[in-house]
Amino acid sequence: MSDAAIRVEHATRASRIGMTLLALLVVALAAAPLWADRASLRLMGEIFTFVALASLWNLLAGYAGLVSVGQQAYVGFGGYVLFAAAILFGVPPIAAIIVAGALAALLAVPVAALMFRLRGHYFAIGTWVVAEIFRLVAAQIGVLGGGSGVSLPAGVITGIAATRAMREYIIYWLALGLAVLVVGGIVLLLRSRYGLALTAIRDNETAARSNGISVMRIKYLVYVVTAAGTAMTGALIFLTKLRISPDTAFSVNDWTAFVIFITVIGGIGRVEGPLIGTIVFFLLRETLADLGSLYLLMLGAVAIVVMLFAPKGLWGFVADRFGWQAFPLERRLAHKP
Amino acid sequence: MPDALLEADALDVFYGDFQALFGVSLTIAPGEVVAVIGANGAGKSTLLKTFAGQLHPRAGTLRFAGEAVGTLPAFAMVRRGVALVPEGRRLFPSLSVEENLLIGAQAGRPGPWSLQRVFDLFPILAERRRQPSMSLSGGQQQMVAIARALMSNPQLLLCDEISLGLAPIVVKEIYDRLPAITGEGLSLVIVEQDIVQALSAARRVYCLQEGRVALEGDAKSLTREAVSAAYFGV
Amino acid sequence: MQWVNAIVQGVLIGGLYALFAAGLSLIFGVMRLVNIAHGDLIVLASYLALVVVTTLGLDPLTSLVIVVPAMAVIGYALQRLILNRTLGDDLLPPLLVTFGLSVIIQNGLLEWFTADSRKLTAGAIEVQAFQALPGVWIGLLPLLQFAVTIAIIGGLQLLFYRTAFGRAFRATSDDPSVAQLMGLDTRHVFALAMALSLAVVAVAGVFLAVRANFDPAIGPARLIYGFEAVIIGGLGSLWGTLAGGIILGVAQAIGAQIDPGWQVLAGHLVFIAILAVRPQGLFPKVQG
Ligand SMILES: Nc1ncnc2c1ncn2[C@@H]1O[C@H](COP(=O)(O)OP(=O)(O)OP(=O)(O)O)[C@@H](O)[C@H]1O
Ligand SMILES: [Mg+2]
Repeated sequence: MSDAAIRVEHATRASRIGMTLLALLVVALAAAPLWADRASLRLMGEIFTFVALASLWNLLAGYAGLVSVGQQAYVGFGGYVLFAAAILFGVPPIAAIIVAGALAALLAVPVAALMFRLRGHYFAIGTWVVAEIFRLVAAQIGVLGGGSGVSLPAGVITGIAATRAMREYIIYWLALGLAVLVVGGIVLLLRSRYGLALTAIRDNETAARSNGISVMRIKYLVYVVTAAGTAMTGALIFLTKLRISPDTAFSVNDWTAFVIFITVIGGIGRVEGPLIGTIVFFLLRETLADLGSLYLLMLGAVAIVVMLFAPKGLWGFVADRFGWQAFPLERRLAHKP
Repeated sequence: MPDALLEADALDVFYGDFQALFGVSLTIAPGEVVAVIGANGAGKSTLLKTFAGQLHPRAGTLRFAGEAVGTLPAFAMVRRGVALVPEGRRLFPSLSVEENLLIGAQAGRPGPWSLQRVFDLFPILAERRRQPSMSLSGGQQQMVAIARALMSNPQLLLCDEISLGLAPIVVKEIYDRLPAITGEGLSLVIVEQDIVQALSAARRVYCLQEGRVALEGDAKSLTREAVSAAYFGV
Repeated sequence: MQWVNAIVQGVLIGGLYALFAAGLSLIFGVMRLVNIAHGDLIVLASYLALVVVTTLGLDPLTSLVIVVPAMAVIGYALQRLILNRTLGDDLLPPLLVTFGLSVIIQNGLLEWFTADSRKLTAGAIEVQAFQALPGVWIGLLPLLQFAVTIAIIGGLQLLFYRTAFGRAFRATSDDPSVAQLMGLDTRHVFALAMALSLAVVAVAGVFLAVRANFDPAIGPARLIYGFEAVIIGGLGSLWGTLAGGIILGVAQAIGAQIDPGWQVLAGHLVFIAILAVRPQGLFPKVQG
């Protein structure tokens, strides 16, 4: 048996079925303007942005071991870049989303250099300080409304598309596209040679290090990529909100607490986890929204219970029991026929 | 058999799914010195950790002073009189020599051993009492580890490879003190890879091979051939 | 004189930050746990004091007699029932569980006490002050709080390095599994450390409540101030933590003097600068 007779196989039968179903789902969702009403479109758009945020946080914390509680820094940064680009430089919002991603990646490089000096747990609080700094700086920018924030001028909005319906479709498609891009990108990253290293880091960092994997370089890469994706999502979120202020843009509850709970409940360290978690989160929110702060309290309690008693989350529970995987990520050696 | 201090019967011990001990049975009488020998990975440390309560047998029974102790945690075992000198010494780096010894007395058992008595046993430690424990030489650190275990006034002292990494002269110095320790009436289990060393100090010997007792007997009566067959499994 | 005054007030408020930091640094030292809910527990102590003061009619400082033991009991229980289960090689569980606790405490307080901001009044002592220099007034209450901070940090230092209790903490911190071999039940030792940490938190919470307005949402900022004091001072050194708190307080006071919007930001920037130039902190613990 020569080496050539062996190849690495990612797909299992379950994951082939999973991928086919997912592809069908994406097509159906892309056609949603044909079958869904406006309120549902808006809700689904919001769901997609949370899928993107949670998937990115999962990549950061669940795979690279970088437990950040400060990703709201990049959500808010993305939002502010969009508003600044549109208001100050007349950049079309859709182009501004891309600009937000690029600038966030640039900014993430020095931030990572500083934060990586903090070991383990202290990294988490360090990222929170960074988010606070961003918030305080944003509050100092007079042309963007300082502490009270600013609205997107009507001209910018009508520039997206002439009719309101079309604008809503475009924003919906952008959100869907972003979610697909983020999840697809993560699957591709995990299937690349970095993926093997990331999985090794997730499972055992010491072993990964002794295998000669440059743990530090991969962590840098993941931090920067995640910052860019998070900022693009943030830009899109505030494009739909039409108004931004430091407190909403850099809110730890909205952009980090929810995202962490979604990922933990769905299953951290698995691509499917954030998807399942987001669905659960929105189901709960739609039924329990009236509870206000009690809702957040319950969500926190559920996340603690899951972390203590089912640390792999809902998806981990299901996947372990039935051997399911929706994405072709498992590596298995197969003999070529 | 009430006259056994420690009685292990058919112990199975696991690390997760990996089984390290298979049906190990062993007895230690009060005041007895027993050697446990075996090659690398034979399960010697696993056995001592089980006696000390750091690991728990999945099957079999462990009795100490007539009481079933197989599920007790380590801190409860020390309080009952089982002290372990762990492999690799494992001193507390941020504690001084004297503090390492004092923490050994934490279990609060009365008995012959006190700071003064262990300083009499190893006078060099009295000189070094204020020094950080890791600043000592390897042999001195081993003395601290033994003295620290004695401070709990054990009935059973378990020593895991106390000669590891030490020069022969230092090993001799330490082994020369063992009679003074057993003279207080405690039982002693010595784990060594060095067969000669172990056999010279012990009255009885158990040889482990791949997690099983391959040979047991009187230290004086065992033949060289029998020992090496049990040791290497040839 | 305005500047001298700003610096003096900064030093005094820095003492409070050091108190926030001491509890944080204590449990990190013993069990390598960073408690993200630390700030919210401080605020919880403030509300506990509020309840004690309003129901029993006690003076806020006297309420410490109840708030300190109550918080210690909460700390012991929290550690035994929840946090001990999260300790291990994996960083995620303790972080996520304490993050969850933080959200639970904040929203629980919000449900109970609403978002209104509160303050405790300590009576006559609050308005008493003396003139240290021309134009520089020192309030009796801030001075008392600073003295208490120094006493607590000195006390913790003694406890850690001069008592059997502290020896057990240090041994457990070095090597929990060997500590068990010494007869120490590490779950109990960890719970005692958390009880001690929350006893310090209780003092910090009461002083916070008499010095400034508080509401359920201010916890995270107290966590951040404490954390910054720890990092500026250097990990594992209690006196360094005091220095870190003072530096942070002075930086904020100077920032506020320049522009009120700069107060908090100036503190963060000093933290970032230290992290960039001297990541081990100004007074790291010398090993050995
Ligand atoms: N923490 C652990 N997890 C998994 N397996 C372990 C662990 N510790 C030991 N083992 C395995 O258990 C078996 C017995 O190990 P043990 O340490 O008891 O051997 P030993 O006889 O003390 O060897 P040595 O002479 O090298 O100290 C070995 O195969 C070892 O690889
Ligand atoms: Mg061994």
